[in-house]
Amino acid sequence: MSIVGTRVVRQEDQNLITAGGTYVDDLREEALSGAAHAVFVRSPVAHARIESIDVSEAKAAPGVLGVFTAADLGLDPHDAGPVKEPWLAGEVVRYVGEPVALVLTEERYQLADAAELVDIDYDPLGAVASIDAALADETLLYPETGSNVMQVNGTKEFDDGIFADCDVVVTTTIVNQRVAPAPLEVRGASCAWGEDGRLTVWLSTQNAQIARTQLAMSLGVGEDKVRVIAPDVGGGFGAKIGADPEATVLGWAAKEIGRPVRWVESRSENLTSMTHGRAQQNTVTIGGKRDGTVLAYRLDVIQDAGAYPRTLFLPTLTELMAVGVYRFPKVETRSRGVVTNTTPIAAYRGAGRPEATAALERAMDRFAGELGLDPAEVRRVNFIRPEEFPYQTPTGASYDTGEYAAALDKALETAGYAELRAEQKRRREAGDPIELGLGIAAYVEITGGDSGGESGRVDIHPDGSVVAWTGSSPHGQGLGTSLAMLLSDQLGVPLEKITVRHGDTDEVPKAVGTFGSRSLQLGGSAIRQAADEVIAQARDLAADLLEAAPDDLELDAERGVWQVRGAPSSSVLSWAQVASAAEGKLSADVWFGGGKPTFPFGAHLAVVEVDTETGKVDLRRIVAVDDAGPIVNPLTFRGQRHGGLGQGAAQALMEVVTYDEDGNPTTATLADYSFITAVELPDFELVDMATPTDRNLLGVKGIGEAATIGSTPAVHNAVVDALSERGVKHLDMPTTPIRVWTALEAAGKENEQ
Amino acid sequence: MKVSIEVNGRPVAEEVPDRTLLVHFLRDTAGLTGTNIGCDTTSCGACTVLLDGESVKSCTVLAAQADGHAVTTVEGLSSSDGELHPVQRAFREQHGLQCGFCTPGMIMASVSLLADNPKPSRDEVRAGLEGNLCRCTGYHNIVSAVIDASGQEVGE
Repeated sequence: MSIVGTRVVRQEDQNLITAGGTYVDDLREEALSGAAHAVFVRSPVAHARIESIDVSEAKAAPGVLGVFTAADLGLDPHDAGPVKEPWLAGEVVRYVGEPVALVLTEERYQLADAAELVDIDYDPLGAVASIDAALADETLLYPETGSNVMQVNGTKEFDDGIFADCDVVVTTTIVNQRVAPAPLEVRGASCAWGEDGRLTVWLSTQNAQIARTQLAMSLGVGEDKVRVIAPDVGGGFGAKIGADPEATVLGWAAKEIGRPVRWVESRSENLTSMTHGRAQQNTVTIGGKRDGTVLAYRLDVIQDAGAYPRTLFLPTLTELMAVGVYRFPKVETRSRGVVTNTTPIAAYRGAGRPEATAALERAMDRFAGELGLDPAEVRRVNFIRPEEFPYQTPTGASYDTGEYAAALDKALETAGYAELRAEQKRRREAGDPIELGLGIAAYVEITGGDSGGESGRVDIHPDGSVVAWTGSSPHGQGLGTSLAMLLSDQLGVPLEKITVRHGDTDEVPKAVGTFGSRSLQLGGSAIRQAADEVIAQARDLAADLLEAAPDDLELDAERGVWQVRGAPSSSVLSWAQVASAAEGKLSADVWFGGGKPTFPFGAHLAVVEVDTETGKVDLRRIVAVDDAGPIVNPLTFRGQRHGGLGQGAAQALMEVVTYDEDGNPTTATLADYSFITAVELPDFELVDMATPTDRNLLGVKGIGEAATIGSTPAVHNAVVDALSERGVKHLDMPTTPIRVWTALEAAGKENEQ
Repeated sequence: MKVSIEVNGRPVAEEVPDRTLLVHFLRDTAGLTGTNIGCDTTSCGACTVLLDGESVKSCTVLAAQADGHAVTTVEGLSSSDGELHPVQRAFREQHGLQCGFCTPGMIMASVSLLADNPKPSRDEVRAGLEGNLCRCTGYHNIVSAVIDASGQEVGE
């Protein structure tokens, strides 16, 4: 029986559970002995001109090895969308947390003392701390551009005519709030220049190779002069793609002081200086017929890009995925990306797609509410049908495969939807202050959306062992085990003889790495392709050894032996024997470049109880159907969904990054930021579905982000549904007690009038 | 000051600055990097260790406060022949970890929880681990791991 599709515990776990793994700050490499410790002095103000920087006192502090500012660096600033971002701010600071100086000391505990002594004089410029303030264009972050709007995309002028035939039209503005990725391991990097003139950077990253290229460019050296190693990485969620600016400064400083440098940020730095996610304001207009058929949909996106617009692809990706699982005849989308004096925004689990789904699924509920129809029914009427695939959306996406109605039916059936609605009704009739709310989200997302490829290499050694190198860069997903399972299945080699390696640019020079849920579909396909080539090499060798024609040879993948077809009694060759006959070893190093984006989908149902007297929301159940094609390892497949559900629900229920009107962060510690705990989440109820795609060698789609995308609107819709009978039509996330209570008060007053 | 702590049964004595945190003593002085640091406000629990058998967050204990006491870290849980502690085994079996960064603290907090409550319900596990944050698992499989380690049946 094939190992693929069976529950396999992870090969990655042993070191993590016995020795706590080896993250950047755990490294005790010889090359890092005597390393200086590093801390960045960061701006305490949101927007100011730097009048002066005096480092003399800091330089004289105990243990200080160097204090550096923008004036010392002499590195060209890097592009952030249409503007430039300095490595260290020298003239203007644009967000609280922006790095201004670097302090290096002998001992870790000397850092804070010395950093205190760096004297920086700021002349405040007035802060742009919200999307509204940005659009007002009164204070500009980049006066030379003339506006805080950095990018406009999509429909030039909206046409209200698309809603002309509609019986009902509903418009809602939805805040998709800023959240913090907050991986448990904060950012860290260690740098050492070798005597050979090469820089080695150990970096907590999702993409060692991209980081290598970035660092070589920024430091002005050849790519061959930089080696990046991703050791164990304690979560990334999109916020550890490539190298952050700090890594360049550290690499520069290590050369400057002639010693290795090690840096790990504090959690407060992480919550203000690592990129944030989401931060959109979306206005949706939806119109259609009384039977629930949607005729037209408009999505108007405003992306808060933060102080440096590093990732303006996010709002356009939101536009691309605007129509989700529905066949809407008329669609308009537009997006604007604006800058504010806040932490830069970048990818966060879902990266543009959750925002599209959240807007759309709130719109569907608002539309159903206006019509007095069940939200499940309205969705069924509008789903793209299985026979319509491949489906070209009006916004330009080409969906591969989908069974959207089946996914919703499964979710509702598992949850006992009809009974839950009956319970909701019973409570309402009894005047129960604890309302029951049901929230539906049907979603489709795009994985491997970058359309890039990935590298894979497979070696078979004369002892019969297999070593594979993947360009993907797993950091918790368990991809190594999944790839080993695929190889075991394909080659007939037991798991314990297979090693999967990744994350070192000297071992894997060419790769993209991990983001956008691309790893299994692209990295997995590359490994499949490499193993195919190794099998082809082995076939010829085995044919020579057995004195048979290559076409007559077959690999018995059950036993892992080569034999002549139709002559099972004849001699067989083990992988060890075939590999021994090769010169050195069997080896194939490939680039899988044929990967097109795939479109995983699903349906979630959330059940909440809302205490209408206190506003407290209790997430009771979440039933999730997530279809990402054939499942390699159900254990890790489910693990990815669990994590996604937790993070998605967290956004709906509690998490939000906030600033005051002067741009001061007010959620800069884990005591202030409402990171979700075990107490606020229920056990998850998962239902499997597996609709394959034809767009890669494995038929798989990505599962890393899918559950995040469905769960946020499902939980959000559930909270609004609980309050709907009391007159609440919408409230923004997170649905904290004060917001729920305030919404109920406002609706109550409106009802009285 | 001179601090002497028995770490995983081995005495470690060293002169350290007065303000040295227990977690830095463990990582830098005792050389045991299994205990991770996830925040600076005692919020995340990644640095949880056992101090005389009770779970503490080692980022808010001074090494001096542990002077003369015994500390157990994740490295000290397995038996000398490498056999996994039941909680370690259950975390692997139930996929109670992904990136692994919260795991040492989560495992130590679970050991402490089970010492106090050998047969907890799933809700009791959730309440008991409220001070330990995980970003990857959504907690579901961590709860299952603790139930498994307690010898109780894990449902789907």
